[in-house]
This record gives sequence, structure tokens and C-alpha cells, in this order.
Amino acid sequence: MQYALAHARYQLLELVRTPVAVFGSAFFPAVAMLFFVVPAVGDNPVGATYATAAMVTFAVLSANVFQYGVGVAEDRAQPWDPYLRTLPVGPAPRFAGRVLAGLTLTYLSLLPVVLIAALLTEARTTAAGFALAAVAVALVSVPFTLMGLAIGYALPSKAAIVVAQLVFFPLAVGGGLLTAPGQAPAFIEAIAPFLPTRGAVELMWTAVGDFRPEPLSMVMLGVWIVGLAALAGWAYRRDEGRRFS
Amino acid sequence: MILARAEQATRRYGDVLALDRVDLNVPAGELVGLLGPNGAGKSTLLNLLVGLRRPTGGRVLLFGGDPRDPACRRWVGVTPQETGLPGSLRVGEVVDFVGAHFPDPVPRAELLDRFGLADLARRQTGGLSGGQRRRLAVALAFVGRPRLVLLDEPTTGLDVEARHALWDAIRAFHADGGTVLLTSHYLEEIEALAQRVVVIGQGRVLADDSVAAIRAVVGLRRVSLTADDLPTLPNLVRVERDRERIHLLTADADQLVRDLVTAGVAFRDLEVRPTSLEEAFLTITAESRPADAGVPTTA
Repeated sequence: MQYALAHARYQLLELVRTPVAVFGSAFFPAVAMLFFVVPAVGDNPVGATYATAAMVTFAVLSANVFQYGVGVAEDRAQPWDPYLRTLPVGPAPRFAGRVLAGLTLTYLSLLPVVLIAALLTEARTTAAGFALAAVAVALVSVPFTLMGLAIGYALPSKAAIVVAQLVFFPLAVGGGLLTAPGQAPAFIEAIAPFLPTRGAVELMWTAVGDFRPEPLSMVMLGVWIVGLAALAGWAYRRDEGRRFS
Repeated sequence: MILARAEQATRRYGDVLALDRVDLNVPAGELVGLLGPNGAGKSTLLNLLVGLRRPTGGRVLLFGGDPRDPACRRWVGVTPQETGLPGSLRVGEVVDFVGAHFPDPVPRAELLDRFGLADLARRQTGGLSGGQRRRLAVALAFVGRPRLVLLDEPTTGLDVEARHALWDAIRAFHADGGTVLLTSHYLEEIEALAQRVVVIGQGRVLADDSVAAIRAVVGLRRVSLTADDLPTLPNLVRVERDRERIHLLTADADQLVRDLVTAGVAFRDLEVRPTSLEEAFLTITAESRPADAGVPTTA
């Protein structure tokens, strides 16, 4: 644990020294809140609450896919990364430290969304709902963290940026993050339950309102987590073997 | 006790054979130099020994165990060939971060002082000069109070003064009982530090001997002259002909010239030059190959 904290501290120090990285992952969800949520459903308490929860999921998705996908790929290109592997500590603390730092950054990137929702819309939830949502954020981060790690370990950094972008937007739209529950076009409603973003946003909706998650979305979210974990694990091991050849 | 060991270690990258059945023992308390041209396999051997790569054949042992097991790296410090420090972190932060991986790290101020970096503790590593960065990378190898350090070309890119300061630090570590395995292009560096030299070329151990013995082999002179015909001369390591120009490699150029004069050879344009390390490597490499293999090319 002490090693994990050292790694988390080191990762966060690097981030803080380039504040644009933090700003970037907070920017899009905040702007989406201002452009889409505030004018459209800002004065509808239920709609604004659900839309805010969807934007939070959107922020979690973008923060994780980009910071792990691009961050890991860039780190792998540096000789510093193999150097760290000569230290007398296995990969687990490094991994845990990265996830701790990633989670911290994710929560940071949510602040503007939550502030905008509280100040400029009628979105409301209970204290318990807010606490549940905070826990749900960590839970929902799991599949997207794994997705980012898979991209980061499988691809060189230039390819990782492109793939992260390619994956990110269809997942957001297809999972119905930009539409209220049940309000998306029919074909999106049809494919949404099969995407991890849908299960994720349904968990968020359940946390903040009286939404009942669809069993299909939940099962598919579990399938995605298992599948992405396998993919990330495969990419990581493959990378260890051939990084230098 | 053998701290680092390779037994018939072989490493392939696709079709390229980077290491070919290498045997190496580094006993506690020795200061061993790995000498060899670029691409000889020095870094590959070090990477196997610290667990960064797995041998494709044979095995490597670090403190008696698999170097891929973190516990076996507890008493090891490493300086890789490329530094790649995280540019946004300060020097002191990097030292603290690496030190956090060891149970009893050298305090930051003490380590930086030992490597002449005390004034730079607050600087971001991205703003350091190449030489300062290299010194920090070497200092990091010592932060965990190691018993064995593996230094891959530790003084590359340093000016003479910084190089000598680093040599002193490495010598002090060795004098305290530390064990060192370092690679270098420079015979001078190996001579200044090591007691034992392992010469590697084309993935194989070509020689493993005392510094004096290796110097006798690589400390050759090249005597070049133009002559029609040469008698049989003693003590020649190698003879090369380039049209009418003849190059003689010998350990004792003075005696060779006396022999040429005594024999009454009608030579002109006599030149005596020290051989470069590269030529010396080629000589050793050529001796290790079958006679019909022709002139080896450098990597």
C-alpha cells in the first residue's frame, strides 16, 4: 500500500505540473452541461438530475479512456518505465497507484459538472443519493479504466490517441449518455443495453433517482468488465514480453 | 557468493541472436567491466540480469533467484543506458520516489551530496543538462543501499571532470564492499575502475580476464609501411595488406621496428599508431571465428 501511495503521489505530481491535463478532462462534460443540459432540461428537476448523472458518466468515460489510454501508451515509450521495473517492487503497486491517481483525477473532473448542475439547474438529489452516486462513480470507472489500460498497453501513443477518440464518442452516444432515459432514437435504445456506457449510466440514474436498472444492461456491463479485464491483462503481458524488441 | 550469474544465457529478438550462450559470474566484492562495441549484447545481458527480459535459452540468477522476482532485486541498483527521467518532477522528488521502493533508502540530501547534485534538489529534471541528468540517473542506483549495482554506460555524455567524480563515487562504493558490474565503450574507463574485464562481441563472451591481460590483447599497435616483400617476423598478431600498404598489428611496436631494420627490409612511409578499441575488438572477434569467415564487419 505504501508503494501504491508513492506511485499515486508521483502520478498526481506529474499531473499537477501540467494542469492542462486536468483541465482537458473536465472541459468537455462541463461544456456539454452548459450547451445541452442547462438550456434543454435545466428547469425540470427530474430531467436535469438524470441529465447531470449522464454527464457525470460521460466525464468518467472520457477521463478514464483518455488518461489511461494515452497516459499508459506515452509512459511505455519512455525509458523511465522499464527503469521502474528494475526496482524491487512488482507491478501491482504501480498499477494501484495509477488507478488511485486516475480516480482522483476523475473526481476532480466531475466538480464542474456537479457545480453547474447545482447552481444553474433544478437537478436535485438527496444526501444519500449523492453519496451513492460518488460510490457509483468508482464502480463505473472500472470498465472504462480497463478499456483505457487495454488501449494504452496494446498500442503506441499516436495510435492510442486515435483509438481512444474513435471508441469514446460512439460509446457515449450509443449508450444514451446524451439523451434522457427512454428518450433516445429507437436504434440507440436498441443497441444501448449492449454497450458498457448504458449499464454505467443506469447505475448512476439508480443512485440519484428512482430508476430501476434493466437486467440486460447490468448483465452486459458485467460481460464488458470481464472481457475488458481479459483484454487489458493480455495487452499488459504481451507488452512485457516485446516492449524492447 | 555469486551475486549475479548467467548460465548459457541466450536471447533472440526474432531472427537476431543478441546473446549466444553467455556464461558470467559476478562474485560479491568484485568490480567487473563489460567491454564491447555497440550492438555486442552488453545491454541485453544487463536487462536479463535485472529481469527486464527473459532469456530465450539458459538462465540468469540474481542473488540466487529469478531476477523477475522483485525480492531478488532488493539489493540491486540499476542505471539504464537511457535516462528518461520524468521531466516535470524535481530532482529531490525523483530521489524520494525511487527511494520509497526500498526499506532503508539513503536520505535525499546525503545522496545528492555524494553525487554533487545538492544544489539541484529543487530543479525539475527536464531543466537539467545532459550531464546532470546522467549523474542523477547514476545516483539513483545507489539510493537503496545496494550490494550490487549494474551501470550501463554510466559516464556517457559526461565531461572529464564529471566522469572522474563519478568514478570516485563508484570506487568508494566498491571500497565499502559493494559489487559493481558496469558496461563501457571506453577501455580507459574499464581500466580506471575494474579489476576484471569481460569482453563481449556479437553476443558471445570473447574474453574474461584481468584488466592487465585484456590490455595486453587490446593494447596493440598498428605499424603500417609500404614494402614489396616481408620476411617472417615474430610477435605479429595480425597482418593486413591493402595494395602495397602493409599493416602489422603487434603488442610491441618498438621491437617490430628494430626487427624490420635488422632484417634489412626496404620499407618506406613507416607509421606507428595505437589501435582503436574497435580494432582490438575486431582482432579478438576475428580470432574467435572460424578462419574462413573472412573479415568481420562491425555492428
